[in-house]
Amino acid sequence: MSRHKRAPAPGTERFSDAPLDGLLLEIEDVKTQFVTPRGLVHAVDGVSFTLERGKTIGIVGESGCGKSVLSRSIMGLLPSNVVRHGSIRFEGHEIGNAASDEMRHFWGTQMAMVFQDPMTSLNPVMRIGNQIMESLRFHFDVTKDYAEETALSLLHSVGIPEAERRLREYPHQLSGGMRQRVMIAIALACGPKLLFADEPTTALDVTVQAQILDLLQEQQRERFMAMVLVTHDLGVVAGRTDDIAVMYAGRIVERAPTRSLFEHTRHPYTEALLKSIPKLSMPSHSKLDAIAGRPPDLVTPPVGCKFAARCPYAQPKCLTDEPPLVDAEIPGHAYRCFFPVGSQAGGDALTRNLAAGETATGLPVRRDGDALLTGVTA
Amino acid sequence: MLESAETQLAGAATGSLPETEVASSEKPHRKGIGIVAWIAIGWLAVLVLAAIFAPLLPIKDPINGYDYLHIKSGLFTTGHILGTDDSGNDVLSRSIWGAQASLLIGVGSVIFGTIIGGFLGLVAGFKGGTTDTVISAFFNIFLAFPQLVLALTLVSVLSPAASNSAGWGHRVLIVILAVGIVSIPILGRITRANALAWSQREFVMAARAQGASDRRVMMREVLPNVVPAMLSIALLSVAVVIVLEGALAIFGLSIPAPSPSWGNMIESQISNPNSAPTVWMVPSVLILTSVLALNYLGDVVRSKFDVRESAI
Repeated sequence: MSRHKRAPAPGTERFSDAPLDGLLLEIEDVKTQFVTPRGLVHAVDGVSFTLERGKTIGIVGESGCGKSVLSRSIMGLLPSNVVRHGSIRFEGHEIGNAASDEMRHFWGTQMAMVFQDPMTSLNPVMRIGNQIMESLRFHFDVTKDYAEETALSLLHSVGIPEAERRLREYPHQLSGGMRQRVMIAIALACGPKLLFADEPTTALDVTVQAQILDLLQEQQRERFMAMVLVTHDLGVVAGRTDDIAVMYAGRIVERAPTRSLFEHTRHPYTEALLKSIPKLSMPSHSKLDAIAGRPPDLVTPPVGCKFAARCPYAQPKCLTDEPPLVDAEIPGHAYRCFFPVGSQAGGDALTRNLAAGETATGLPVRRDGDALLTGVTA
Repeated sequence: MLESAETQLAGAATGSLPETEVASSEKPHRKGIGIVAWIAIGWLAVLVLAAIFAPLLPIKDPINGYDYLHIKSGLFTTGHILGTDDSGNDVLSRSIWGAQASLLIGVGSVIFGTIIGGFLGLVAGFKGGTTDTVISAFFNIFLAFPQLVLALTLVSVLSPAASNSAGWGHRVLIVILAVGIVSIPILGRITRANALAWSQREFVMAARAQGASDRRVMMREVLPNVVPAMLSIALLSVAVVIVLEGALAIFGLSIPAPSPSWGNMIESQISNPNSAPTVWMVPSVLILTSVLALNYLGDVVRSKFDVRESAI
């Protein structure tokens, strides 16, 4: 039985001679703006990073910081009221300006995406098996038998028991964790080189979150696939990524190899995110160090540092000048701050603010034992 | 009637889906559709079968079956269970042959309207933007006309000059076309509302992210989810169209006598309803019961598919 009726779909073959190492994705100064009645929303504002084959980058930030929009910008999956600038190179080919007709041949085969909510990202009236076979059949024009065989082995590999039976079931017959496994199987079906996981565990039960993350990591290693893991939870990316980019207000504020980010945190926002994670050593009912305030309005972003209004280190300079992305001593570590955490300048800035009882933006700060309290007055 | 059904259906489609999480290992227990629904299906089946097999049934000739001994006779006359009309034709026979025309018009025009209106609505809801604006404007312009006036106008326009000379089939076709065109915007708007709601769901984006073409996403992801709503409103529309055929007949613009349709049987007695009451009563009851049955089944279809994700 011939497995392929014909060669792979047009647009995919030109990548087949690509080397197995080196840069897979280079994005440079990507800007994504939404056209709204209120004005342009600068959702992603000049983001650059590179990703090597088989590596993982974590993109971290709170809601509305542009991390999901960034991953969709790279894939080109944006609604029509969006303006996108900047350069996106995939295996050396510029895809930043590709029309979605062209991109269609990349989607699924070169890059794929696992969505946040497995409850809504599967078609309720199509059998699981058909949903997995769909993309195989239209990208590679394989026979039905072959597609079914592949779907079965995919279901096995993502750890779904009784895969034969599940193939014929509908999404509502599966639990949330199972559905997310199916979503992963769908995304992996055409063997993408780059996988975007957009908050893949946010909608799931805590007990299955770790399983899904382990599965993603295992598949990523086995298939030598690069992965962009988008999350709001630093705990999710810790130990699972090679690099981490912390985003705030549409920009990368700190980018570093994972270990370096945790050990030598430079940006006050990263520090605040780390502090807001509850720790096992904390007594029960201890108050979390939440970050005071909200991210700025992205229609009219503030001049100067975007984080200044919420930052305990903020100085008058932060309100007027936008800090550039500067390199730290550790290679690959860069941050966007005038008064970085753990530096002389940062220490002095904090001491000054504590003495004054407030930062340059008027945010109250005080020390309460070991904890640094922002936004609360005594 | 259709307007309220429309808002109801659109609401059902846009309503948030419950977040129940169930890992079912055994087959979900299916709830039956109930005895009333089966009675409705049974009644419609009897009507449809009788209409189709009218030539084979042991009934009198509906047009030339003059029985001069029994003219305008009432119920249970010998040989005429449902009585006869002015020329002694059997009412039972005319009602069965009339069902042919009425059901053909009902089903035919709704199929026509569902295909055209459904397609336009699906494209409008899925594509959005200018396509949607243009198609929706077209729907709204058509909806601005009273349905009966529009149907009357279309029948007159579509009829050949000597309209009474047109054959039975030709005449049925004209009525199907006219009523079908009237139903396009109604069926189209429901499909559009549903397609719009489903097109914004995440699985549509997920399918696109796997490289599916627009057409494929529309036909494979959106359409199957829209079909239940279309089916439900189509059933309701058959009922409306059967009534509309009756209204057209009153203006003399449906099937011309002596060929029977439920509408023209009622029309024939309008000036003198007391002389042969069964002639208009029987088709009236048939219209009433089939409209009830169709409406009920439309509701069953809607509620059946509504619970797809929640009731298991």
